[in-house]
Amino acid sequence: MSVLLIAIFFSLLLTSRHAILANGFRFITGSEWDPVTNTFRSLAFVVGTLVTSLIALVIATILALALAILMGEYFKSGPFSAVMRTAVELLAGIPSVVYGFIGLFFFVPVVRAIEEPLGLPPFGVGVFTTALLLAFMILPYSASIAREMISLVPSDLKEASLSLGATRSETVWKVILPYARGGIMGGVLLSLGRALGETMAVTMVIGNANVLTFNVFAPGNTMASVIANEFSEASSDIYLSSLIEIGLLLFVISTLINIAGKVVVNRMATR
Amino acid sequence: MSAIDATPDTAPAAYGLGGRLDARVRARLRGDVAFRVLMLVLSFIAIVPLGLILVYIIVRGAGSINWQFLTELPKPIGEAGGGISNAIVGTFILIAIASVISIPLGVLAGIFLSEQAKSRLGTVARLSVETLMGIPSIVLGIVAYSWLVRPMGHFSAVSGGVALSMIMLPVITLTTEQTLLMIPVTLREAALALGASYPATILRIILPSGMSGLVTGILLAVARGAGETAPLLFTAFGNPFMGVNVFKPVESLPHTIFYYATSPYPEWQSLAWGASFVLLVVVLALNIVTKLVTSRWKIQF
Repeated sequence: MSVLLIAIFFSLLLTSRHAILANGFRFITGSEWDPVTNTFRSLAFVVGTLVTSLIALVIATILALALAILMGEYFKSGPFSAVMRTAVELLAGIPSVVYGFIGLFFFVPVVRAIEEPLGLPPFGVGVFTTALLLAFMILPYSASIAREMISLVPSDLKEASLSLGATRSETVWKVILPYARGGIMGGVLLSLGRALGETMAVTMVIGNANVLTFNVFAPGNTMASVIANEFSEASSDIYLSSLIEIGLLLFVISTLINIAGKVVVNRMATR
Repeated sequence: MSAIDATPDTAPAAYGLGGRLDARVRARLRGDVAFRVLMLVLSFIAIVPLGLILVYIIVRGAGSINWQFLTELPKPIGEAGGGISNAIVGTFILIAIASVISIPLGVLAGIFLSEQAKSRLGTVARLSVETLMGIPSIVLGIVAYSWLVRPMGHFSAVSGGVALSMIMLPVITLTTEQTLLMIPVTLREAALALGASYPATILRIILPSGMSGLVTGILLAVARGAGETAPLLFTAFGNPFMGVNVFKPVESLPHTIFYYATSPYPEWQSLAWGASFVLLVVVLALNIVTKLVTSRWKIQF
Protein backbone atom coordinates (compact mmCIF):
# COMPACT_ATOMS: atom_id res chain seq x y z
CA MET A 1 0.00 0.00 0.00
CA SER A 2 2.78 2.32 0.92
CA VAL A 3 4.53 1.22 -2.23
CA LEU A 4 1.48 2.20 -4.26
CA LEU A 5 1.40 5.60 -2.62
CA ILE A 6 5.06 6.21 -3.25
CA ALA A 7 4.64 4.97 -6.83
CA ILE A 8 1.82 7.46 -7.33
CA PHE A 9 3.87 10.31 -5.96
CA PHE A 10 6.93 9.50 -8.04
CA SER A 11 5.06 8.90 -11.24
CA LEU A 12 3.47 12.32 -10.83
CA LEU A 13 6.87 13.80 -10.14
CA LEU A 14 8.44 11.99 -13.06
CA THR A 15 5.79 12.88 -15.61
CA SER A 16 5.77 16.52 -14.59
CA ARG A 17 9.56 16.89 -14.52
CA HIS A 18 9.68 18.85 -17.79
CA ALA A 19 7.26 21.37 -16.40
CA ILE A 20 8.92 21.60 -13.00
CA LEU A 21 12.26 22.31 -14.63
CA ALA A 22 10.86 24.71 -17.22
CA ASN A 23 8.43 26.60 -15.01
CA GLY A 24 10.55 26.74 -11.91
CA PHE A 25 9.31 28.43 -8.80
CA ARG A 26 7.29 30.97 -10.78
CA PHE A 27 4.80 28.17 -11.35
CA ILE A 28 3.11 28.93 -8.05
CA THR A 29 3.73 32.68 -7.90
CA GLY A 30 2.50 33.77 -11.33
CA SER A 31 -1.09 33.65 -12.55
CA GLU A 32 -0.77 33.71 -16.32
CA TRP A 33 -1.86 30.51 -18.09
CA ASP A 34 -1.42 30.71 -21.82
CA PRO A 35 -0.79 27.48 -23.74
CA VAL A 36 -0.19 29.41 -26.98
CA THR A 37 2.96 31.08 -25.65
CA ASN A 38 3.82 28.14 -23.38
CA THR A 39 3.40 30.23 -20.24
CA PHE A 40 2.16 28.05 -17.42
CA ARG A 41 1.60 29.65 -14.01
CA SER A 42 -0.88 28.12 -11.63
CA LEU A 43 -1.70 30.79 -9.05
CA ALA A 44 -5.10 31.55 -10.61
CA PHE A 45 -6.16 27.91 -10.12
CA VAL A 46 -4.74 27.62 -6.61
CA VAL A 47 -6.64 30.77 -5.62
CA GLY A 48 -9.76 29.49 -7.41
CA THR A 49 -9.58 26.21 -5.50
CA LEU A 50 -9.00 27.88 -2.15
CA VAL A 51 -11.69 30.56 -2.59
CA THR A 52 -14.42 28.14 -3.72
CA SER A 53 -13.53 25.62 -1.02
CA LEU A 54 -13.38 28.17 1.78
CA ILE A 55 -16.72 29.82 0.93
CA ALA A 56 -18.25 26.36 0.63
CA LEU A 57 -16.74 25.39 3.95
CA VAL A 58 -18.20 28.39 5.79
CA ILE A 59 -21.72 27.76 4.42
CA ALA A 60 -21.49 24.01 4.97
CA THR A 61 -20.10 24.31 8.50
CA ILE A 62 -22.91 26.58 9.71
CA LEU A 63 -25.62 24.36 8.22
CA ALA A 64 -23.87 21.15 9.28
CA LEU A 65 -23.55 22.36 12.87
CA ALA A 66 -27.26 23.13 13.00
CA LEU A 67 -28.07 19.66 11.63
CA ALA A 68 -25.60 18.00 13.97
CA ILE A 69 -26.94 19.79 17.06
CA LEU A 70 -30.49 18.79 16.15
CA MET A 71 -29.55 15.18 15.40
CA GLY A 72 -27.02 14.75 18.20
CA GLU A 73 -28.72 16.66 21.01
CA TYR A 74 -32.35 17.64 20.48
CA PHE A 75 -33.66 14.62 18.55
CA LYS A 76 -31.30 11.83 19.40
CA SER A 77 -33.80 9.14 18.53
CA GLY A 78 -37.24 9.02 16.97
CA PRO A 79 -38.57 9.48 13.45
CA PHE A 80 -36.97 12.88 12.82
CA SER A 81 -33.51 11.58 13.52
CA ALA A 82 -34.08 8.38 11.53
CA VAL A 83 -35.32 10.29 8.47
CA MET A 84 -32.46 12.77 8.66
CA ARG A 85 -29.86 10.07 9.03
CA THR A 86 -31.19 8.14 6.04
CA ALA A 87 -31.44 11.31 3.96
CA VAL A 88 -27.88 12.28 4.82
CA GLU A 89 -26.62 8.82 3.88
CA LEU A 90 -28.53 8.83 0.59
CA LEU A 91 -27.22 12.27 -0.32
CA ALA A 92 -23.66 11.27 0.45
CA GLY A 93 -24.08 8.52 -2.15
CA ILE A 94 -25.08 10.76 -5.06
CA PRO A 95 -22.24 10.82 -7.61
CA SER A 96 -20.62 14.18 -8.12
CA VAL A 97 -21.44 14.36 -11.81
CA VAL A 98 -25.13 14.25 -10.88
CA TYR A 99 -24.57 17.10 -8.43
CA GLY A 100 -22.94 19.03 -11.26
CA PHE A 101 -25.93 18.44 -13.50
CA ILE A 102 -28.24 19.60 -10.73
CA GLY A 103 -26.00 22.62 -10.26
CA LEU A 104 -26.42 23.54 -13.92
CA PHE A 105 -30.18 23.33 -13.67
CA PHE A 106 -30.88 24.68 -10.16
CA PHE A 107 -28.02 26.75 -8.83
CA VAL A 108 -27.11 28.53 -12.06
CA PRO A 109 -30.60 30.08 -12.53
CA VAL A 110 -30.75 30.97 -8.83
CA VAL A 111 -27.40 32.76 -8.94
CA ARG A 112 -28.39 34.46 -12.19
CA ALA A 113 -31.49 35.75 -10.43
CA ILE A 114 -29.29 37.14 -7.64
CA GLU A 115 -26.84 38.73 -10.07
CA GLU A 116 -29.34 40.60 -12.24
CA PRO A 117 -30.80 42.95 -9.60
CA LEU A 118 -27.26 43.63 -8.35
CA GLY A 119 -26.31 44.96 -11.77
CA LEU A 120 -23.71 42.25 -12.30
CA PRO A 121 -23.25 40.46 -15.60
CA PRO A 122 -25.66 37.50 -15.34
CA PHE A 123 -23.23 34.67 -15.99
CA GLY A 124 -24.94 32.32 -13.60
CA VAL A 125 -21.85 30.14 -13.64
CA GLY A 126 -18.84 31.17 -11.59
CA VAL A 127 -17.00 31.01 -8.31
CA PHE A 128 -20.03 31.70 -6.10
CA THR A 129 -22.23 29.11 -7.83
CA THR A 130 -19.45 26.57 -7.42
CA ALA A 131 -19.03 27.38 -3.75
CA LEU A 132 -22.77 27.02 -3.15
CA LEU A 133 -22.88 23.68 -4.91
CA LEU A 134 -19.76 22.44 -3.09
CA ALA A 135 -21.31 23.48 0.22
CA PHE A 136 -24.32 21.24 -0.39
CA MET A 137 -22.08 18.43 -1.60
CA ILE A 138 -19.92 18.33 1.53
CA LEU A 139 -22.81 19.07 3.88
CA PRO A 140 -23.91 15.43 4.44
CA TYR A 141 -20.34 14.44 5.17
CA SER A 142 -19.49 17.23 7.60
CA ALA A 143 -22.89 16.95 9.31
CA SER A 144 -22.36 13.26 10.05
CA ILE A 145 -18.86 13.83 11.46
CA ALA A 146 -20.10 16.73 13.61
CA ARG A 147 -23.01 14.61 14.88
CA GLU A 148 -20.62 11.85 15.85
CA MET A 149 -18.39 14.29 17.70
CA ILE A 150 -21.35 15.81 19.55
CA SER A 151 -22.57 12.39 20.60
CA LEU A 152 -19.09 11.66 22.01
CA VAL A 153 -19.54 14.41 24.65
CA PRO A 154 -20.01 12.57 27.98
CA SER A 155 -23.55 12.87 29.33
CA ASP A 156 -22.18 13.59 32.85
CA LEU A 157 -21.01 16.95 31.57
CA LYS A 158 -24.35 17.76 29.97
CA GLU A 159 -26.28 16.65 33.05
CA ALA A 160 -24.01 18.68 35.33
CA SER A 161 -24.62 21.77 33.23
CA LEU A 162 -28.39 21.24 33.14
CA SER A 163 -28.57 20.52 36.86
CA LEU A 164 -26.83 23.82 37.58
CA GLY A 165 -29.76 25.52 35.88
CA ALA A 166 -28.32 26.16 32.42
CA THR A 167 -30.84 26.08 29.62
CA ARG A 168 -30.45 23.64 26.78
CA SER A 169 -28.99 26.24 24.43
CA GLU A 170 -26.54 27.40 27.07
CA THR A 171 -25.46 23.80 27.55
CA VAL A 172 -24.93 23.46 23.80
CA TRP A 173 -22.91 26.66 23.55
CA LYS A 174 -20.89 26.46 26.73
CA VAL A 175 -20.43 22.73 27.32
CA ILE A 176 -21.07 20.62 24.22
CA LEU A 177 -19.52 22.77 21.51
CA PRO A 178 -16.33 23.64 23.44
CA TYR A 179 -15.85 19.96 24.26
CA ALA A 180 -16.49 18.78 20.70
CA ARG A 181 -14.66 21.71 19.10
CA GLY A 182 -11.49 19.80 18.27
CA GLY A 183 -13.33 16.95 16.61
CA ILE A 184 -15.60 19.28 14.67
CA MET A 185 -12.55 21.20 13.44
CA GLY A 186 -11.04 17.92 12.26
CA GLY A 187 -14.27 17.15 10.42
CA VAL A 188 -14.10 20.58 8.82
CA LEU A 189 -10.57 19.83 7.61
CA LEU A 190 -11.67 16.48 6.17
CA SER A 191 -14.55 18.20 4.36
CA LEU A 192 -12.08 20.76 3.04
CA GLY A 193 -10.01 17.90 1.65
CA ARG A 194 -13.08 16.71 -0.25
CA ALA A 195 -13.96 20.15 -1.56
CA LEU A 196 -10.41 20.76 -2.80
CA GLY A 197 -10.35 17.63 -4.94
CA GLU A 198 -13.90 17.79 -6.22
CA THR A 199 -13.71 17.85 -9.99
CA MET A 200 -16.77 17.08 -12.05
CA ALA A 201 -19.36 19.25 -10.34
CA VAL A 202 -16.92 22.16 -10.25
CA THR A 203 -15.99 21.79 -13.91
CA MET A 204 -19.64 21.93 -14.89
CA VAL A 205 -20.56 25.16 -13.08
CA ILE A 206 -17.42 27.27 -12.64
CA GLY A 207 -17.31 28.74 -16.14
CA ASN A 208 -13.69 27.79 -16.89
CA ALA A 209 -11.93 31.13 -17.19
CA ASN A 210 -8.17 30.92 -16.76
CA VAL A 211 -7.72 34.29 -15.06
CA LEU A 212 -6.97 35.27 -11.50
CA THR A 213 -10.10 36.79 -10.02
CA PHE A 214 -11.29 37.81 -6.58
CA ASN A 215 -14.78 38.69 -7.82
CA VAL A 216 -16.88 35.82 -6.52
CA PHE A 217 -19.50 36.21 -9.23
CA ALA A 218 -17.01 35.92 -12.09
CA PRO A 219 -16.22 32.65 -13.84
CA GLY A 220 -12.99 31.05 -12.68
CA ASN A 221 -11.22 27.73 -12.60
CA THR A 222 -9.83 25.41 -9.95
CA MET A 223 -6.85 23.07 -10.03
CA ALA A 224 -9.04 20.02 -10.51
CA SER A 225 -11.32 21.61 -13.12
CA VAL A 226 -8.50 22.89 -15.30
CA ILE A 227 -7.02 19.39 -15.41
CA ALA A 228 -10.39 17.90 -16.31
CA ASN A 229 -10.95 20.47 -19.02
CA GLU A 230 -7.62 20.65 -20.73
CA PHE A 231 -5.91 17.33 -20.13
CA SER A 232 -7.17 15.48 -23.16
CA GLU A 233 -6.62 18.55 -25.35
CA ALA A 234 -3.07 19.29 -24.25
CA SER A 235 -1.14 19.49 -27.49
CA SER A 236 2.46 19.85 -26.41
CA ASP A 237 4.60 17.93 -23.98
CA ILE A 238 5.19 20.92 -21.76
CA TYR A 239 1.44 21.69 -21.65
CA LEU A 240 0.57 18.16 -20.51
CA SER A 241 3.43 18.11 -18.09
CA SER A 242 2.35 21.44 -16.57
CA LEU A 243 -1.16 20.05 -16.05
CA ILE A 244 0.37 17.06 -14.30
CA GLU A 245 2.36 19.47 -12.14
CA ILE A 246 -0.96 21.02 -11.07
CA GLY A 247 -2.06 17.50 -10.21
CA LEU A 248 1.05 17.04 -8.11
CA LEU A 249 0.37 20.30 -6.30
CA LEU A 250 -3.25 19.25 -5.67
CA PHE A 251 -2.04 15.87 -4.38
CA VAL A 252 0.35 17.50 -1.92
CA ILE A 253 -2.13 20.10 -0.65
CA SER A 254 -5.04 17.68 -0.18
CA THR A 255 -2.82 15.05 1.44
CA LEU A 256 -1.51 17.54 4.00
CA ILE A 257 -5.01 18.74 4.84
CA ASN A 258 -6.35 15.20 5.11
CA ILE A 259 -3.56 14.10 7.45
CA ALA A 260 -4.15 17.15 9.65
CA GLY A 261 -7.88 16.36 9.77
CA LYS A 262 -7.29 12.69 10.62
CA VAL A 263 -4.88 13.56 13.41
CA VAL A 264 -7.35 15.98 15.00
CA VAL A 265 -10.33 13.60 14.71
CA ASN A 266 -8.35 10.64 16.08
CA ARG A 267 -7.08 12.64 19.04
CA MET A 268 -10.67 13.63 19.82
CA ALA A 269 -12.02 10.10 19.49
CA THR A 270 -9.44 8.57 21.82
CA ARG A 271 -9.78 11.19 24.53
CA MET B 1 -31.83 10.13 29.03
CA SER B 2 -34.91 11.73 30.56
CA ALA B 3 -32.67 13.80 32.83
CA ILE B 4 -31.19 15.45 29.78
CA ASP B 5 -34.41 15.83 27.88
CA ALA B 6 -36.27 17.63 30.68
CA THR B 7 -36.21 21.39 30.05
CA PRO B 8 -35.28 23.09 33.32
CA ASP B 9 -38.07 25.66 33.10
CA THR B 10 -39.79 24.67 36.32
CA ALA B 11 -36.88 25.29 38.68
CA PRO B 12 -38.35 26.94 41.84
CA ALA B 13 -35.49 29.43 42.12
CA ALA B 14 -36.55 30.96 38.84
CA TYR B 15 -39.76 32.32 40.40
CA GLY B 16 -39.75 35.72 42.15
CA LEU B 17 -41.94 36.78 45.10
CA GLY B 18 -45.16 37.09 43.18
CA GLY B 19 -44.71 33.62 41.70
CA ARG B 20 -43.73 35.14 38.36
CA LEU B 21 -40.61 34.26 36.45
CA ASP B 22 -37.64 36.48 37.03
CA ALA B 23 -37.02 38.73 33.99
CA ARG B 24 -33.49 37.46 33.46
CA VAL B 25 -34.60 33.86 33.59
CA ARG B 26 -37.36 34.62 31.13
CA ALA B 27 -34.83 36.20 28.79
CA ARG B 28 -32.69 33.09 29.04
CA LEU B 29 -35.62 30.83 28.35
CA ARG B 30 -36.58 32.97 25.37
CA GLY B 31 -33.00 32.63 24.17
CA ASP B 32 -33.33 28.89 24.51
CA VAL B 33 -36.46 28.81 22.35
CA ALA B 34 -34.90 31.20 19.83
CA PHE B 35 -31.86 28.94 19.58
CA ARG B 36 -33.96 25.89 18.96
CA VAL B 37 -35.95 27.71 16.27
CA LEU B 38 -32.74 28.93 14.63
CA MET B 39 -31.37 25.39 14.54
CA LEU B 40 -34.60 24.12 13.00
CA VAL B 41 -34.62 26.88 10.38
CA LEU B 42 -30.98 26.29 9.41
CA SER B 43 -31.56 22.56 9.16
CA PHE B 44 -34.57 23.25 7.00
CA ILE B 45 -32.44 25.42 4.71
CA ALA B 46 -29.94 22.58 4.52
CA ILE B 47 -32.39 19.77 3.90
CA VAL B 48 -34.96 21.31 1.56
CA PRO B 49 -32.68 21.87 -1.47
CA LEU B 50 -31.20 18.44 -0.96
CA GLY B 51 -34.66 16.89 -0.83
CA LEU B 52 -35.69 18.82 -3.96
CA ILE B 53 -32.62 17.49 -5.74
CA LEU B 54 -33.61 13.90 -5.04
CA VAL B 55 -37.23 14.48 -6.06
CA TYR B 56 -36.24 16.31 -9.24
CA ILE B 57 -33.88 13.58 -10.43
CA ILE B 58 -36.53 10.97 -9.79
CA VAL B 59 -39.27 12.92 -11.60
CA ARG B 60 -37.17 13.98 -14.61
CA GLY B 61 -35.25 10.73 -14.82
CA ALA B 62 -38.04 8.23 -14.33
CA GLY B 63 -39.95 9.94 -17.15
CA SER B 64 -37.30 9.17 -19.73
CA ILE B 65 -36.77 5.56 -18.71
CA ASN B 66 -38.21 2.81 -20.82
CA TRP B 67 -37.05 -0.44 -22.33
CA GLN B 68 -35.67 1.30 -25.41
CA PHE B 69 -33.65 3.64 -23.24
CA LEU B 70 -31.87 0.76 -21.56
CA THR B 71 -31.22 -1.34 -24.67
CA GLU B 72 -30.45 1.09 -27.50
CA LEU B 73 -27.44 3.15 -28.47
CA PRO B 74 -27.55 6.97 -28.41
CA LYS B 75 -28.99 8.48 -31.58
CA PRO B 76 -27.58 11.48 -33.47
CA ILE B 77 -28.89 14.96 -32.68
CA GLY B 78 -32.34 15.63 -34.03
CA GLU B 79 -33.54 12.06 -33.82
CA ALA B 80 -35.85 11.29 -30.94
CA GLY B 81 -35.24 8.29 -28.71
CA GLY B 82 -31.99 6.51 -28.30
CA GLY B 83 -30.60 4.86 -25.22
CA ILE B 84 -27.58 4.34 -23.07
CA SER B 85 -26.89 0.63 -23.42
CA ASN B 86 -23.24 1.34 -24.29
CA ALA B 87 -22.78 3.27 -21.03
CA ILE B 88 -24.39 0.53 -18.94
CA VAL B 89 -22.20 -2.14 -20.51
CA GLY B 90 -19.13 0.11 -20.22
CA THR B 91 -19.66 0.84 -16.54
CA PHE B 92 -20.07 -2.87 -15.95
CA ILE B 93 -16.78 -3.63 -17.73
CA LEU B 94 -14.92 -0.89 -15.85
CA ILE B 95 -16.22 -2.01 -12.47
CA ALA B 96 -15.39 -5.64 -13.29
CA ILE B 97 -11.78 -4.76 -14.15
CA ALA B 98 -11.45 -2.56 -11.08
CA SER B 99 -12.94 -5.25 -8.83
CA VAL B 100 -10.61 -7.97 -10.11
CA ILE B 101 -7.67 -5.76 -9.13
CA SER B 102 -8.90 -4.13 -5.95
CA ILE B 103 -10.85 -6.86 -4.14
CA PRO B 104 -8.00 -9.39 -3.63
CA LEU B 105 -5.44 -6.66 -2.93
CA GLY B 106 -7.79 -4.75 -0.65
CA VAL B 107 -8.82 -7.79 1.37
CA LEU B 108 -5.21 -8.96 1.74
CA ALA B 109 -4.09 -5.50 2.82
CA GLY B 110 -6.99 -5.37 5.29
CA ILE B 111 -5.97 -8.72 6.79
CA PHE B 112 -2.39 -7.48 7.06
CA LEU B 113 -3.47 -4.27 8.76
CA SER B 114 -5.62 -6.06 11.33
CA GLU B 115 -2.96 -8.71 12.05
CA GLN B 116 -0.11 -6.23 12.26
CA ALA B 117 -2.04 -3.33 13.76
CA LYS B 118 0.64 -2.46 16.30
CA SER B 119 3.80 -3.00 14.26
CA ARG B 120 5.65 -0.11 12.69
CA LEU B 121 5.01 -1.36 9.17
CA GLY B 122 1.31 -1.62 10.05
CA THR B 123 1.20 2.00 11.20
CA VAL B 124 2.91 3.21 8.05
CA ALA B 125 0.62 1.07 5.90
CA ARG B 126 -2.50 2.41 7.61
CA LEU B 127 -1.36 5.98 7.14
CA SER B 128 -0.75 5.22 3.47
CA VAL B 129 -4.22 3.75 3.01
CA GLU B 130 -5.83 6.75 4.67
CA THR B 131 -3.79 9.09 2.51
CA LEU B 132 -4.77 7.13 -0.59
CA MET B 133 -8.40 7.56 0.42
CA GLY B 134 -7.96 11.34 0.45
CA ILE B 135 -6.25 11.73 -2.93
CA PRO B 136 -8.52 13.59 -5.36
CA SER B 137 -9.81 11.11 -7.94
CA ILE B 138 -8.63 13.23 -10.85
CA VAL B 139 -5.04 12.86 -9.64
CA LEU B 140 -5.48 9.08 -9.71
CA GLY B 141 -6.74 9.51 -13.27
CA ILE B 142 -3.49 11.27 -14.20
CA VAL B 143 -1.52 8.42 -12.63
CA ALA B 144 -3.43 5.77 -14.57
CA TYR B 145 -2.90 7.86 -17.69
CA SER B 146 0.85 7.96 -17.23
CA TRP B 147 1.03 4.26 -16.32
CA LEU B 148 -1.14 2.83 -19.07
CA VAL B 149 -2.50 5.29 -21.61
CA ARG B 150 0.83 6.87 -22.48
CA PRO B 151 2.75 3.59 -22.98
CA MET B 152 -0.15 2.03 -24.91
CA GLY B 153 -0.64 5.11 -27.02
CA HIS B 154 -4.44 5.22 -26.75
CA PHE B 155 -7.29 5.36 -24.24
CA SER B 156 -8.63 2.05 -22.98
CA ALA B 157 -11.07 0.38 -20.61
CA VAL B 158 -8.15 -1.25 -18.78
CA SER B 159 -6.66 2.10 -17.81
CA GLY B 160 -10.07 3.29 -16.58
CA GLY B 161 -10.41 0.11 -14.53
CA VAL B 162 -6.98 0.65 -12.98
CA ALA B 163 -7.90 4.24 -12.08
CA LEU B 164 -11.15 3.05 -10.45
CA SER B 165 -9.33 0.25 -8.63
CA MET B 166 -7.10 2.83 -6.93
CA ILE B 167 -10.27 4.54 -5.69
CA MET B 168 -11.90 1.30 -4.50
CA LEU B 169 -8.79 -0.19 -2.90
CA PRO B 170 -8.58 1.95 0.27
CA VAL B 171 -12.33 1.61 0.90
CA ILE B 172 -12.10 -2.19 0.80
CA THR B 173 -8.92 -2.26 2.89
CA LEU B 174 -10.24 -0.06 5.67
CA THR B 175 -13.62 -1.83 6.00
CA THR B 176 -11.91 -5.25 5.97
CA GLU B 177 -9.52 -4.12 8.69
CA GLN B 178 -12.27 -2.67 10.86
CA THR B 179 -14.39 -5.80 10.53
CA LEU B 180 -11.57 -8.18 11.37
CA LEU B 181 -10.59 -6.12 14.41
CA MET B 182 -14.07 -6.68 15.85
CA ILE B 183 -13.68 -10.47 15.87
CA PRO B 184 -12.87 -11.61 19.42
CA VAL B 185 -9.39 -12.92 20.14
CA THR B 186 -10.91 -15.99 21.82
CA LEU B 187 -12.09 -17.27 18.44
CA ARG B 188 -8.60 -17.13 17.04
CA GLU B 189 -7.12 -18.67 20.19
CA ALA B 190 -9.62 -21.51 20.07
CA ALA B 191 -8.67 -22.31 16.47
CA LEU B 192 -4.96 -22.21 17.22
CA ALA B 193 -5.45 -24.31 20.38
CA LEU B 194 -7.18 -26.98 18.30
CA GLY B 195 -4.03 -27.22 16.23
CA ALA B 196 -5.07 -25.19 13.19
CA SER B 197 -2.18 -23.57 11.40
CA TYR B 198 -1.98 -19.77 11.20
CA PRO B 199 -3.07 -19.52 7.54
CA ALA B 200 -5.90 -21.98 8.19
CA THR B 201 -7.05 -19.90 11.16
CA ILE B 202 -7.23 -16.80 9.02
CA LEU B 203 -8.79 -18.41 5.95
CA ARG B 204 -11.22 -20.81 7.66
CA ILE B 205 -12.12 -18.95 10.86
CA ILE B 206 -11.40 -15.23 10.77
CA LEU B 207 -12.41 -14.45 7.18
CA PRO B 208 -15.71 -16.39 7.20
CA SER B 209 -16.81 -14.78 10.47
CA GLY B 210 -16.04 -11.37 9.05
CA MET B 211 -17.68 -12.05 5.69
CA SER B 212 -20.53 -9.58 6.15
CA GLY B 213 -18.10 -6.75 6.79
CA LEU B 214 -16.05 -7.71 3.75
CA VAL B 215 -19.13 -7.77 1.52
CA THR B 216 -20.17 -4.38 2.90
CA GLY B 217 -16.80 -2.89 2.07
CA ILE B 218 -16.82 -4.31 -1.44
CA LEU B 219 -20.33 -3.04 -2.16
CA LEU B 220 -19.49 0.42 -0.80
CA ALA B 221 -16.38 0.50 -2.95
CA VAL B 222 -18.33 -0.54 -6.04
CA ALA B 223 -20.92 2.16 -5.33
CA ARG B 224 -18.16 4.72 -5.07
CA GLY B 225 -16.34 3.55 -8.18
CA ALA B 226 -19.52 3.42 -10.25
CA GLY B 227 -20.15 7.11 -9.66
CA GLU B 228 -16.68 8.40 -10.46
CA THR B 229 -16.21 10.46 -13.60
CA ALA B 230 -13.08 12.52 -13.22
CA PRO B 231 -10.50 9.74 -13.57
CA LEU B 232 -12.33 8.30 -16.60
CA LEU B 233 -12.06 11.50 -18.65
CA PHE B 234 -8.61 10.62 -19.90
CA THR B 235 -8.46 6.89 -19.28
CA ALA B 236 -11.65 5.11 -20.44
CA PHE B 237 -12.43 8.32 -22.36
CA GLY B 238 -15.92 7.49 -23.65
CA ASN B 239 -17.27 5.90 -26.80
CA PRO B 240 -20.59 6.61 -28.52
CA PHE B 241 -20.77 3.03 -29.82
CA MET B 242 -21.01 -0.28 -28.09
CA GLY B 243 -17.51 -1.17 -26.94
CA VAL B 244 -16.63 -4.46 -25.32
CA ASN B 245 -12.92 -4.58 -26.16
CA VAL B 246 -11.05 -3.85 -22.94
CA PHE B 247 -8.11 -2.37 -24.84
CA LYS B 248 -10.33 0.21 -26.55
CA PRO B 249 -12.16 3.22 -25.07
CA VAL B 250 -15.54 2.47 -23.47
CA GLU B 251 -18.43 4.68 -22.40
CA SER B 252 -19.55 4.85 -18.77
CA LEU B 253 -22.70 6.12 -17.06
CA PRO B 254 -21.08 9.09 -15.28
CA HIS B 255 -19.26 10.11 -18.44
CA THR B 256 -22.51 9.91 -20.45
CA ILE B 257 -24.14 12.22 -17.92
CA PHE B 258 -21.26 14.68 -18.09
CA TYR B 259 -21.16 14.67 -21.87
CA TYR B 260 -24.90 15.01 -22.47
CA ALA B 261 -25.59 17.34 -19.53
CA THR B 262 -23.15 19.93 -20.80
CA SER B 263 -24.50 19.72 -24.36
CA PRO B 264 -26.92 22.39 -25.60
CA TYR B 265 -29.50 19.96 -27.05
CA PRO B 266 -32.67 19.20 -25.03
CA GLU B 267 -32.83 15.61 -26.40
CA TRP B 268 -29.37 14.93 -25.09
CA GLN B 269 -30.10 16.60 -21.78
CA SER B 270 -33.08 14.35 -21.25
CA LEU B 271 -30.81 11.38 -21.99
CA ALA B 272 -28.57 12.74 -19.23
CA TRP B 273 -31.49 12.93 -16.76
CA GLY B 274 -32.36 9.35 -17.57
CA ALA B 275 -28.76 8.25 -17.13
CA SER B 276 -28.58 10.16 -13.81
CA PHE B 277 -31.64 8.28 -12.64
CA VAL B 278 -30.17 4.92 -13.63
CA LEU B 279 -26.86 5.72 -11.94
CA LEU B 280 -28.63 6.95 -8.81
CA VAL B 281 -30.75 3.80 -8.64
CA VAL B 282 -27.64 1.63 -9.01
CA VAL B 283 -25.69 3.52 -6.34
CA LEU B 284 -28.58 3.73 -3.89
CA ALA B 285 -29.49 0.08 -4.43
CA LEU B 286 -25.90 -0.87 -3.59
CA ASN B 287 -26.09 1.26 -0.44
CA ILE B 288 -29.38 -0.31 0.61
CA VAL B 289 -28.11 -3.85 -0.01
CA THR B 290 -25.08 -2.93 2.08
CA LYS B 291 -27.31 -1.86 4.95
CA LEU B 292 -29.35 -5.07 4.69
CA VAL B 293 -26.19 -7.15 4.69
CA THR B 294 -24.84 -5.44 7.79
CA SER B 295 -28.11 -5.65 9.72
CA ARG B 296 -29.17 -9.19 8.75
CA TRP B 297 -25.82 -10.86 8.67
CA LYS B 298 -24.01 -9.49 11.67
CA ILE B 299 -20.92 -11.09 13.09
CA GLN B 300 -22.29 -13.86 15.30
CA PHE B 301 -20.65 -16.63 17.25
